[in-house]
Parts: sequence; structure tokens; C-alpha cells
Amino acid sequence: MLQTHALTASYGQFKALFGIDLHVAPGECVAIIGANGAGKTTLLRSISGVLRNAPGMVTHRGTPIGALSADAVLQRGIAMVPEGRKLFPSLTVEENLMIGGQVRRGDGRWTLDTVYALFPILRERRLSPGTALSGGQQQMVAIGRALMSNPEVLLCDEISLGLAPVVIRDIYAALPRIRETGAAVVIVEQDISRALSVADRVYCVMEGRVTLTGAPAGITRDAVHAAYFGNAA
Amino acid sequence: MIWLDTIVQGLLLGGLYALFAAGLSLVFGIMRLVNLAHGDLIVFAAFLILVVVQMTGLNPFLGALIAAPLLFAFGWLVQRVVLNRVLGKDILPPLLVTFGLSIALQNGMLEVFSADSQRLRAGPLESASVDLGPVTVGIMPLLTFASAVMVIFALNQIFYRTALGRAFRATSDDPVTASLMGINPASVFAIATGLAMVTVTIAALFLGMRSNFDPSIGPARLIFAFEAVIIGGLGSLWGTLLGGAIIGVAQTVGAQINPEWQILAGHLAFLAVLLVRPRGLFPRAVD
Ligand SMILES: Nc1ncnc2c1ncn2[C@@H]1O[C@H](COP(=O)(O)OP(=O)(O)OP(=O)(O)O)[C@@H](O)[C@H]1O
Ligand SMILES: [Mg+2]
Repeated sequence: MLQTHALTASYGQFKALFGIDLHVAPGECVAIIGANGAGKTTLLRSISGVLRNAPGMVTHRGTPIGALSADAVLQRGIAMVPEGRKLFPSLTVEENLMIGGQVRRGDGRWTLDTVYALFPILRERRLSPGTALSGGQQQMVAIGRALMSNPEVLLCDEISLGLAPVVIRDIYAALPRIRETGAAVVIVEQDISRALSVADRVYCVMEGRVTLTGAPAGITRDAVHAAYFGNAA
Repeated sequence: MIWLDTIVQGLLLGGLYALFAAGLSLVFGIMRLVNLAHGDLIVFAAFLILVVVQMTGLNPFLGALIAAPLLFAFGWLVQRVVLNRVLGKDILPPLLVTFGLSIALQNGMLEVFSADSQRLRAGPLESASVDLGPVTVGIMPLLTFASAVMVIFALNQIFYRTALGRAFRATSDDPVTASLMGINPASVFAIATGLAMVTVTIAALFLGMRSNFDPSIGPARLIFAFEAVIIGGLGSLWGTLLGGAIIGVAQTVGAQINPEWQILAGHLAFLAVLLVRPRGLFPRAVD
């Protein structure tokens, strides 16, 4: 459904991605793992339209979307939880959620009420400025904000980075309920065992290339280790 | 009672300055753009109202009603075609472009309308006044001030109560993340500038009915507007109203002491506020 084709990306002279092939089926949960600086964020930014590419490098339902702007990609049903949450400081929690719902696809499941049901703490904090919340609560807002558009694909960058274990558990507990709606989820996750336990398929990225891919069942610790750090490690 | 009268006249004059400043404040608040052509755009709007009035025979208020959507479209187009191309991390290019726009507008107006002074005639309203107990105030200054309050109030409502306002604030916070929410920053900016041009139309209406105008007076209006915005705190709309009032009162008080001091007193008040509160009276928390 969503696919990249020999996707490359660079920042000025610096090449960050060297031909990534990735695909996401409807409703699937895909985890992207890889060391710091491997290119995971760059990959999601390329898919979501923050970085523009040649049109054919990313396709959605067969349509080339690589050159679309981020707002056009969102309108096609591909929403993003960006690295670092990126809540809008001038907006309250509720306004952050509402801005995510300004562009809605059809009449899907996600509304303020269902997001509050998913993360009840947000209802209590709904009038606070988004950035006044704890990191975990901010991540919940960022996820809820992306859900408000009723996406077909939810891209989550660093879904658990820097969060306390109990908070990570709460966030992962929401994952099945997000997937119930039929949305595919792509998560970038540094915690390998967690990635392997929730994902249908895993991609390991190293220095801008996919070094390992497959279903968690077929992947060994050693294989991950090699894919993560290269054979030299 | 002369001082009370002076202060009331100053406050009302401040309404005009707040009207000058509202659009500048709006645009700066949303896209961090200081529009150096703002004063010339006010004069341009006044000429447009004049043209409408002369062509249709309507009174200036109705003339402004017709000019407003035209000027919205003009602002939208200028933002889309010119300003969006130069907005970015570096604040110098947009500054230079609006400076160029200012010069072009002045020369263009000189060419089309000549250097003659013009006036928007409002008939008997111009000299009407009401007795408010200790002071007597002109209907026109009162209307100007009331319009300023309404404009600021309306802009605040839009900013804090509507989906458009949410998009304004989100885009101002972080255009990249806003685009991930389906917002197109370029079109949000174009709407904001269009809206600013509607406030410019209202400012032009009261400017043109209050005093003579010609193509050269834009830059001085920009200075007053700029000072009102800075005094109020960049990006704060109510602060801008207060900033206008402070300059207005300083000017009338200065003029009361010595008529030649009117303009100077306004600038001194501006400097005094900056000395005490370098970021203005109501600076934004996030910047
Ligand atoms: N804006 C930028 N300008 C220049 N280089 C960049 C920029 N962003 C990322 N890079 C470089 O691109 C490479 C890939 O970065 P990217 O952020 O995609 O990695 P990542 O896998 O998300 O890492 P992390 O786990 O730290 O988030 C890195 O070498 C990084 O230094
Ligand atoms: Mg990253």
C-alpha cells in the first residue's frame, strides 16, 4: 500500500539514505530500528513529505507521492508523530488535538472523545499548554494529534525515547487499539526487543541502507547485532 | 480640566495608531515579518477608497467596504507571489523586499495620483461631537477608537477561537510540524496578509477622513505603527492597542506643553518604555 523505491535523501552534500526499499501493507505494524544517525528519521521525513524526493521514490496505493508537500501527504491519510513530539507551544492540549483533526479523512473513529478515551489523562490536562505536560503525556498528545486525521498509516518517530518504563507501557498498550481501526503503524524504536515483540515486520537501517528485514520470528539476536553495528562490530 | 481633555484626546488618537499597527502586529505575530511597506499600503488603501468614492459617489464608509475585499486579494497575492518566496531563516531578504515594495508603491502612487493632498469627505460627521460631562469629544475620534477596539477584539477572536486562528498560531510556532498536520504554511501566510490588508483598509478610512494624505506620508505612519507594536510587545494584539494609546497620549500631552513637541513626545515615550521594558509591555512567552 505504502512503498519506497530505491529512496535516497541528502542534506546538502551529505547523503543520508542510499536506496531504501520499504513497504507497508494495510493494517500492518512495521518497526524500524537502527543506531543513532542511521537515517531512520530521514526515512520518515522523506515519506511524510517534509523532505521532497523524486515523485516515484515513494508510492501510495500506486500513486507517486515522493514529490508531494507534507500537507498533501497528510491529506492522503499518512500522518506523522514527529521526533521530539513537536507540540505547538501556543496551543493547549485540546487545540493541539484539534489541529490534527483539521484535515480529516472520511468519518473515521478518531475524535476528541475517542482520543481522550485512549489517553484519559489528556482530558484532565486539556486546557494546559501542550508543552507544560510531562514527556509521556506530550507523546500521548502527539499520537492523538496524528490520529485525529483518521490516518491510514501512522508514522511514529522515536515512540518511546526518553520516557519512563511505566509510561512506555501505557503508550504501547494503546497500540492494539490504534491498530483496531485498521491503520497501519510504522514505529521507529531504539528498544530492539520491544520492536521485535510488537511488529509484524522489522527493518534495520544502518548508514542509510536497510541491512536486515523480515518477521521477528525469523530474526536472531546475532543477525540484529550484525545489522545494527555492521560486521566490524 | 484641560489635562483630562488632553489625555482623552490622546487616547482617542491612539486608536488611530492602533489601527495603523494592527495589521503590522498580525503579520509579525504570525510570520515574523516586519513589513516596511505597511505605511505605504495604508496610503495606497486610502487612495483606493478615494477612487471608489469618486467613481460611485458613495460615502467613504461604504467605499471602504468595497475596497476591503480588493485589498484582501491584493495582500493575498503579494504574499503568495512575492513574500512567501523570501521568507526563511534569514530575516534580511524579506526586509529588503518590503523596503523595495515601499519605494515602488510611493513612486507608483506619485505617478498615478500626483503629489496633491487628498481627503476622504465624511460630511457633517467630520465636525460632530458629543458632550461627555467634563470633556467634549469629536464623533470621528470616538468612532476611530471604537473601530480600533473592535478590530483588535475581532482579530483576537479569530486568533483564539477559530480553526483559522489555530492554524495561524501553529504555523507561527513551527511551520514544518504544521505542514505535517495538513496545513499549507504558504496559504496560511497569504490569508494572514489578506486579513492584515482588511485592517489596513479600516486604518486608511480613518486616516483619510481625519487628515489630508498624499503618496509621501506612508513611512511616518509606519513609524507610529511600529512603535505601537514594540511598546505593546511583539505579537500581542491588545498590547498593540495599549501601545497606540501610549503614543497618542504622549503626543497630545507633548503638544499641550509646546505644539512643536507633539511628534517628538511620542518617540520619547517609545524610548522610555523600551528602556524599562526592552521587550515591550506584553511580550510573548514563546520566542
Ligand atoms: N538537518 C540535517 N542537516 C544535515 N545533516 C543531517 C540533518 N538531519 C540529519 N542529518 C544527518 O543525517 C544522518 C541521518 O540522520 P537521522 O536523523 O535520519 O538519523 P536517525 O536514525 O533518526 O538517528 P537518531 O536515532 O539519532 O534519531 C545523520 O548522519 C545525521 O547527522
Ligand atoms: Mg531520529
